[in-house]
Amino acid sequence: MNIYKYASPATFYPVAGKMIPWFAIPAAILFVAGLYVGFFIAPTDFQQGDAYRIMFIHVPAAWMGMFLYVLMAIYAGVGWAFNARLSSMMASAIAVTGAMFTLLSLVTGAFWGKPTWGTWWVWDARMTSTLILLFLYAGFISLQAAIDDPRRADRAGAVLALVGVINVPIIYFSVQWWNTLHQGATIRILGKPSIAPPMLAAMLIMLAACWLYSVAVVLVRLRCIILEREQNASRFAEVNV
Amino acid sequence: MLRWIVWRDLMLAWRRRSDILSTVFFFVIVVSLFPLGIGPETQLLRSIAPGVVWVAALLASMLSLGRLFANDYQDGTLEQLLLTPQPLYLVVLGKVLAHWIIAEIPLVLIAPLVGVQFDLSRETLWILFVSLLLGTPVLSLIGSVGAALTLGLRGGGVLISILILPLYIPALIFGAGAVEASIIGISPAANIYLLGAFAIVSLIFSPFATAAALRISLE
Repeated sequence: MNIYKYASPATFYPVAGKMIPWFAIPAAILFVAGLYVGFFIAPTDFQQGDAYRIMFIHVPAAWMGMFLYVLMAIYAGVGWAFNARLSSMMASAIAVTGAMFTLLSLVTGAFWGKPTWGTWWVWDARMTSTLILLFLYAGFISLQAAIDDPRRADRAGAVLALVGVINVPIIYFSVQWWNTLHQGATIRILGKPSIAPPMLAAMLIMLAACWLYSVAVVLVRLRCIILEREQNASRFAEVNV
Repeated sequence: MLRWIVWRDLMLAWRRRSDILSTVFFFVIVVSLFPLGIGPETQLLRSIAPGVVWVAALLASMLSLGRLFANDYQDGTLEQLLLTPQPLYLVVLGKVLAHWIIAEIPLVLIAPLVGVQFDLSRETLWILFVSLLLGTPVLSLIGSVGAALTLGLRGGGVLISILILPLYIPALIFGAGAVEASIIGISPAANIYLLGAFAIVSLIFSPFATAAALRISLE
């Protein structure tokens, strides 16, 4: 079997359509399961009370935001290097989901910070670098949106994403350096308490749910992008109407 | 080739001196606005000075970056440059070097004078000068990637800021950090070294990215 044939958007379009429920339904089930474990089984934290429960969405969202940026850069880079359209489309499809998770982790972080630290925002190294990550996503999305020619948009996005990926570790360490220089380690996120097994279980279930959700949503968006870009191909004539 | 490109860009810039001056004035005006907005307390001004001067330098370089390739792009010179047998890396390096001399060196030279407004000591002014001297090449180098990517796009000026400003953050942190360290009386060496390292990394990598971006924008 030649797997490369699935690199053609026209071939992948129906395959993606068949794959979506396989990810979307488990994602929904795991979200429900994760929330149940998180709200009803996981014990109340003796220091933070019930406010810590927002971690069950906050931590997976933050992880997803970072992973998806790297994944997006890989797809964009592959699309650029091998001139694979589908891969570039995948990168554009991932960008929005990644930005959404990054924003979600910032917002939920603020909700957690208010009762726990007494403030919505602290210039903590991790929060700052997450904010910068959001800026990088914004740059990628707005660059692609500004370019009319989709092929140029793909390649320009790839250059930007790769430059960003090289820069992300430097930014991360510089922010950490800056933070320690200014205010010292006043607050540690999750000050390393030995995490209770149900808490860990809820976190991992939510992480799996977020992954499955991302795959499903990215595939849906990918199908839209394929339809948009290939609307002149005769293959899609009947889909377009 | 490198020398020729630099020379040509310098000549072109010299014939349009007002562009250079407007960037410098922008820098001076932005820096001078902060005391007006914040108040004339010396202590406060001294503590915000590193950040203010550095952020103003970042914004001023945003202004000039739009012109880095735009004129050559419009009259077709850039296309011819891409066709030359010389490596595009050298062409890009030459243009970036010229941009640094035209747009950034004046800022570096005027920055100590601006720093006087914030009541910085002699040593701190010197550190400010050194940090900008090391840091501004980074601004030209990384900025050239953004300039090449946004070539000929609608709203390129705003777009380039969104793309490039987040990537400038390490330079800002190390550069302003060095000045800050000097103000509070600790050695700025660590920040200066890190800034130098960042400058070298961007010197090695960013011309490749710019060259790739130029090919993409011009095909």
